[in-house]
Amino acid sequence: MRTLTYVTALDASAGALMLCAVLLVWRRDLAALVRLLSVQGLALALIPITLGAHQRDGELVAVGIGVLVLRAAILPGVVARVLRGEPRPRETQPLLNTSASLLAVAALTVLAYAVSRPVVTLDPTPATHAAPLAIAVVLVGIFMLVTRRRAMSQVVGFLMLDNGIAALAFLTTAGVPMVVELGASLDVLLAVLVLQILSGRMRVKFGGTDLDELRELRD
Amino acid sequence: MSGATAIGTVGAVVQVGAVAVGAPLLAGMMRQVRARLEGRRGAGVLQPWRDLRKLVGKERIRPEGTTVVFAAAPAVLAGTVLAIAAIVPVVTANSPLDSVGDLFAVVGLLLLGTVALALAGLDTGTAFGGMGASRAITIAALVEPTVLLAIFALSVPAHSSNLGAIVTTAAVHPGSVATPAAALAFAALCIVVIAETGRLPIDNPTTHLELTMIHEASTLEYAGPQLALVEWASMMRLTVLLALLANLFLPLGIATVDSGVAGLVGGVVVVIVKVTVLAIVLAGAEVFMAKLRLFRVPELLAGSFVLGLLAVTISYFLTTPAT
Repeated sequence: MRTLTYVTALDASAGALMLCAVLLVWRRDLAALVRLLSVQGLALALIPITLGAHQRDGELVAVGIGVLVLRAAILPGVVARVLRGEPRPRETQPLLNTSASLLAVAALTVLAYAVSRPVVTLDPTPATHAAPLAIAVVLVGIFMLVTRRRAMSQVVGFLMLDNGIAALAFLTTAGVPMVVELGASLDVLLAVLVLQILSGRMRVKFGGTDLDELRELRD
Repeated sequence: MSGATAIGTVGAVVQVGAVAVGAPLLAGMMRQVRARLEGRRGAGVLQPWRDLRKLVGKERIRPEGTTVVFAAAPAVLAGTVLAIAAIVPVVTANSPLDSVGDLFAVVGLLLLGTVALALAGLDTGTAFGGMGASRAITIAALVEPTVLLAIFALSVPAHSSNLGAIVTTAAVHPGSVATPAAALAFAALCIVVIAETGRLPIDNPTTHLELTMIHEASTLEYAGPQLALVEWASMMRLTVLLALLANLFLPLGIATVDSGVAGLVGGVVVVIVKVTVLAIVLAGAEVFMAKLRLFRVPELLAGSFVLGLLAVTISYFLTTPAT
């Protein structure tokens, strides 16, 4: 019975991670994207917490709580602060329209399952069975990164990509050492802070963060 | 065995009768809920039945230049809905027709009704008829794959594509519908049922504004008894789909193979309660919704398709390890 609830909890958090990825591609309102990102961070944090509770590993639970604070609160908070100064907080013109993007997400999910079959058959545990979903989130993150025009939705795509990588690490390895996870998380935080400053400078210079308007270099 | 079959046959007859009689009452109740929430008194729950009686008493009119396609479409539509009502587990999961009609047959019958009405719209040769037909087929082409996918996700734990078997499995193991796959399938199926029955935000069932109407445009040339038949069929369609939605995800109290006459009576009461609650929720939510721009509709339906596809992939890949 305990194993069953463990599998259900793990599946539910992996499923929520994927559902958030789909909704992130679906919605255009940047404020809604930030809220969804924070929900996705919560779903991601539940994976190491569930694994840690199952394996009775206190360090993994601590990593999970760290992930929760960073990805559900701090990173979305930083992005939300940038958005507050934005004149029109909407993704107006993605390179690919929403219906086509959603179908691309479906195709990417199937692709993720197709390429990760060998990994799953190598060690068929409940955690590795959820790993294809993490790969799908990585692919969807890259997809969002390349098809969006606004700098802020590209940051959201980048954060989703990183959420997917972290989920993959938790699901396929026996447990990430705290130092490694801490280093990777700090790296992401730093990248987002740099992006925040960059988009702030862009807004001061050009009045918006539409990357297509950056055509030439000036001094 | 013959006893169980007899009960199943009685159950199928009862559920067709319940849908046929209850559908206009359900539509009346949804209009009443909407009227009350908007601060009007409303015409009463019985109003759709009164409308139908009035329409049946009118003279039959055949628009000039229409052929047998136009004349036969209402009967085809009503016939397909009645057939679905006999197959789908509404009151009993033990319908004798369940073995011949699985979910593919049900989706095919739904599409047959839509196509019949669209052809009738084209047959009249009017601008609105053709426009409505084109819109109805566009939406149907996006909706039907999603219905298949979403129910398919639920059929993976049941190992059968028969709707009766799916509902029976869910009734025996309530845990099998509390999975992420089932939640995704539920979201996809909700959007699709709304689209399929032409409710807000896809289509507004109360307006005849030519720019926005979908279902009403195909039926614009109908009058009298034929219009009554079309209206009655679309109300039954709503009822059957809501009952299917309720029973797939909350099969509590449905009559199965072992339950006798008492189970059948209980099944009728339970399904009335479930469908009523769903209809009140739907009508209440519609008050707060505006109709979606027509070009945004494919976006919504693509979203529900993706949810359905994810439900299938998740239920296929995640449920394998039981240990």
